[in-house]
Amino acid sequence: MVAAVTRLTRIVCMAATAAALTAQSHAQVVPGNSFPSLAAGGLSGGKAPETAGSVLLVDFWASWCAPCKASFPAYSRIQAAYAARGLAVVAIGVDDSPSAYEAFVAKLRPGFTTLYDPQHKFVSLVQVPTMPTSYLVDRSGRVRFVHPGFHGDQTEREIRAEIEALLDEQSVAR
Amino acid sequence: MKRNRLKLSLLAALAAVFQSGCATPSAVRVHPWERASLADDTMNPDRDALGTSMTEHVFFSREAASGGRGVGGSGCGCN
Repeated sequence: MVAAVTRLTRIVCMAATAAALTAQSHAQVVPGNSFPSLAAGGLSGGKAPETAGSVLLVDFWASWCAPCKASFPAYSRIQAAYAARGLAVVAIGVDDSPSAYEAFVAKLRPGFTTLYDPQHKFVSLVQVPTMPTSYLVDRSGRVRFVHPGFHGDQTEREIRAEIEALLDEQSVAR
Repeated sequence: MKRNRLKLSLLAALAAVFQSGCATPSAVRVHPWERASLADDTMNPDRDALGTSMTEHVFFSREAASGGRGVGGSGCGCN
């Protein structure tokens, strides 16, 4: 009897440890990490652009986030300025409500691709530190810069300088 | 002796179970992308400036004390 309870106790301890480890398995994506494929996380709202060999700017936003609203015109300008040289801007909405997502996109009419993460699967993979957060991914698919928050002209200037540098780099096989 | 060991083992198992609960981030914190409700204006305790000043006046008159409203703000925690 005692032996059985002790064995059971051990099993419970191991299961609890495994549960704790599993819960922490998704770590924040930081510079140097590979950015998850846009096909990986159940994104809807449109077709993900072909990004192989491109410099990618991925922005996470929500309709209830004021800096996200301020960032959209800046990302539209950036997309217009650098698309021809190989930049793709993709903004991923994480609203709970599809109607809030659609209304936001309809109102701001961004000049770049917007996708919707209805189940928060993709954003959970990336573990963004705040809203909004944008990731600059180089031609080989590696995250090079992370911008938590959007601080107007300052952020736009920084992102433009980083994009220029990444566009000048040679493509490396993934 | 065996009884004590059994109790100790059970205690350790319970501690492990509770600790694993605390270690689950999804159970203990609201992620940045889950703050839609917190960002709503109705979550802001200071959204009605007149109402707040009247409540504070009543509190001051009744309790002969003021201040101490250390209520944390709401909001989406953006930027």
